[in-house]
Amino acid sequence: MTQPAAQQPTGAAPAVELEGITKRFPGVVANKDIAFTVKRGTVHAIVGENGAGKSTLMKILYGVQRPDEGTIKVNGQVVELHSPSDAINAGIGMVFQHFMLADNLTVLENVVLGAEKLHGIGDAARQEIVKISDSYKLGVDPDALVADLGVGARQRIEILKVLYRGAKILILDEPTAVLVPQEVDELFDQLAELKDEGLTVLFISHKLDEVLKVADAITVIRRGTTIDTVDPTSVNARQLAELMVGSELPSPTTEESTVTDRVLLRVERLVLGGGTGRPVLDDISFTIHAGEVLGIAGVEGNGQAEIVEVIMGMREPTSGEVYLGDQDISDWHVRQIREAGVGYIPEDRHRHGLLLEAPLWENRILGHQTEEPNIEAGGFLIDAKDAKADTERIVKEYDVRTPSIFVTAGSLSGGNQQKLIIGREMSHHPKVLIAAHPTRGVDVGAQSSIWDHIRAARREGLAVLLISADLEELIGLSDTIQVILRGKLTGEFDPDTVTAEDLGAAMTGAGDKSGAGDETDAGPATASPRHTDPTPTDATEERS
Amino acid sequence: MSRLNPRRIALALAAPVLALVVAFIVTSIILLLFGDPVGDVWKTILTWPRPRQQVQVINAATVYYISAIAVAIGFRMNLFNIGVDGQYRVAVFAAAVFAGQAWLPGILNVLVALVVAMVTGGLWAGIAAYLKVKRGVSEVISTIMLNAIATGVVSWLFAKVAVRPEGSNVVQTKDIPESSRLEGFALIPGATNRVYSMILLAIVVGFLYWFILGKTRFGYDLRATGRSETAAVASGVNVPRMVMTAMIASGAVGGLVGMPLLFGQDFNYGTTIQSGLGFAGIGIALLGRNNAVGIAFAAVLWAFLDIQSNALQIQAGVAQEIVFIIQGVILFAVVIAYELIRRADKRIEQNRVAKELASAPKAQPTTEGAPA
Repeated sequence: MTQPAAQQPTGAAPAVELEGITKRFPGVVANKDIAFTVKRGTVHAIVGENGAGKSTLMKILYGVQRPDEGTIKVNGQVVELHSPSDAINAGIGMVFQHFMLADNLTVLENVVLGAEKLHGIGDAARQEIVKISDSYKLGVDPDALVADLGVGARQRIEILKVLYRGAKILILDEPTAVLVPQEVDELFDQLAELKDEGLTVLFISHKLDEVLKVADAITVIRRGTTIDTVDPTSVNARQLAELMVGSELPSPTTEESTVTDRVLLRVERLVLGGGTGRPVLDDISFTIHAGEVLGIAGVEGNGQAEIVEVIMGMREPTSGEVYLGDQDISDWHVRQIREAGVGYIPEDRHRHGLLLEAPLWENRILGHQTEEPNIEAGGFLIDAKDAKADTERIVKEYDVRTPSIFVTAGSLSGGNQQKLIIGREMSHHPKVLIAAHPTRGVDVGAQSSIWDHIRAARREGLAVLLISADLEELIGLSDTIQVILRGKLTGEFDPDTVTAEDLGAAMTGAGDKSGAGDETDAGPATASPRHTDPTPTDATEERS
Repeated sequence: MSRLNPRRIALALAAPVLALVVAFIVTSIILLLFGDPVGDVWKTILTWPRPRQQVQVINAATVYYISAIAVAIGFRMNLFNIGVDGQYRVAVFAAAVFAGQAWLPGILNVLVALVVAMVTGGLWAGIAAYLKVKRGVSEVISTIMLNAIATGVVSWLFAKVAVRPEGSNVVQTKDIPESSRLEGFALIPGATNRVYSMILLAIVVGFLYWFILGKTRFGYDLRATGRSETAAVASGVNVPRMVMTAMIASGAVGGLVGMPLLFGQDFNYGTTIQSGLGFAGIGIALLGRNNAVGIAFAAVLWAFLDIQSNALQIQAGVAQEIVFIIQGVILFAVVIAYELIRRADKRIEQNRVAKELASAPKAQPTTEGAPA
């Protein structure tokens, strides 16, 4: 398996050719009959919604997972990738979304780590790094300490690491998710550079504007299978979006408005300091009325998660207030807030929403340990009998697909876990529902039923705060959409008239709204990658 | 299907049985390598104990049980209380000094001494809890250091209060009055020695452990914190307060470890005080999987090995310390086995759930789209 990389490209053989790739996990088919061809010396984008199967595909290409069926050809030769080192030998390198760098080491040390055999760890390695850095114009200083570097620079080190190991085909997994717009432009320049040098780049994203800008070919993945490979010059973002979500585009809200004038959740001038540098949340104010869904759009890590944490009482704001109805709940503890009627669908259900090793019925109690039907004897004892009975009800009413309520939450698929959480939260008749990425990592069937539940909540007069990275979801469900950028709400949109492109532009600060170029300081200290993992891992990979 | 499915039970029993087998093999190999009589050693250890030994096993198990429960309270929320040894030491000293004063009559003296022991043990553990909550000090480090400090503090205080009874060479705290001594139960026929009365204390501790952790809201919060601190926070558990409470509770139970010995056998705190009980508790809690009944079996096994090994030197000509090897190997093996079984169990369950759903009549065709 070592020869393809070393081999001189044989004329027209494409860099990567996939045929009939299929991968099944318990309960879901993650990839089905994936087929596409990547030409050498191009930037080839793979686009698809969250959960469409992009990550699984990339893991297969990088040897982390093995396909159940199908063949992979690299430079015209069939390869079997059993591990990442096989992939590296075949000339495939991966730049992960979450950087894997040791802060307290220098660039040189980080690059040679694990590849000491190539050029040693001394001057030879340094020269090689400088050579790569110069030839692809990466501008990396081998002796800089990684801790001192910003996000953009760290990403370039990751790219350099891959090149250093001899990769000719680079996979970049959502590389722009952590970058500010200027850095995105720089990255694209570098990708062009790599392309000119004959390297091949596989670029995974769900941001259509970026993809259209940088890619030479775009393969669209939907529900685990390749839909089409298109030429970016012949499609626009709208057409691409339709390919991504299929014909069943969530009809941008046809339901009539249920918004009332009764304010249920009010956030006043919320500020959350970010240690040094600019605040994580900067003067956030909004109100949500009964029967209203307020959507918040934004690129990952712009403060959405923090808004939720502050409202839920998990973090103390530096200043500002949160009102539930007329009551100031800024100082309340999480439990009081939940008891007062705030339902919570957390962004990362594995970390915040479930006890993965506990049975479903114990998970039904979580977050409502002080409320009926989970308690008896004045709140001192857990009422297992009633909790179990109620879990049975939730499982039935919310269509949680499970053989019983005694299996562990971790053994359910993402969609069923999420339905359990929604059922649990709705069972306590909340006044306000905080839904963070409610359909992230769930299958399409669960997705539409989760949307139905949110619509139902709205009809019942709940105030819903919907945070999502899925613009179609936001447009389809929200009554109002606010865009958050670098901790500030930068624009309000009417979902009836706004398009995904408009939102995308506003989210990256490229739109006509203010805040485009005024914060060039959004640099190293503040823009560090967030821990929240936007691609929920399989339950099997979850740490206990 | 219910909670008690046969697969679960079989898997739960597989680990300790496997560990015992591994320990048996490894120890035999070691004995063989060093030319010791393997057969004699196992014969000595595995003979049915005589009544006197039976009582000794029960008594040692009583002490171990309390110690292991103390450790298990911490384990259930991912707190590693290595400090039961120190907590037990300060507590038994405080209780001995208090009971020795004979301020209260008879059984009242005993009961209040138990409270003194719990408060002392709890406060001692509270230092580690406070450091963890307020300063982020790992409880592993602080409790280990507190063990050393406990030894020092107690020796220093001991020198101040110690007395030397007439005609004796040893120093000790004042003996507790006759009326407060517990003579024990003659449970085993034919044995001249008696089972500690404090076995009742162990039973009460075990019951409360099961009840509070398994049935109460507090217990639910504690277990939730142990399973996932992030999920506990999001569910409204005040985690720092939970750390304080659990650590102090662990220390308070740790304080009771010495009570069976104090009131059933020694009647004072002296230089012969048994050490290492807290560390044994860690192993027994692991072996018993933090389960009130499991720990009881583990404690009996531990005590059985201890007592049976006493005769090794005479019967087989082998140092009784060989039992430490057995115990150590059991622990290693059981920790590994539990982890393997936990993973296997998770995988089996995921597959089973997927399969049952796929074959269920009303289930739709396998949904597409990846969870990853």
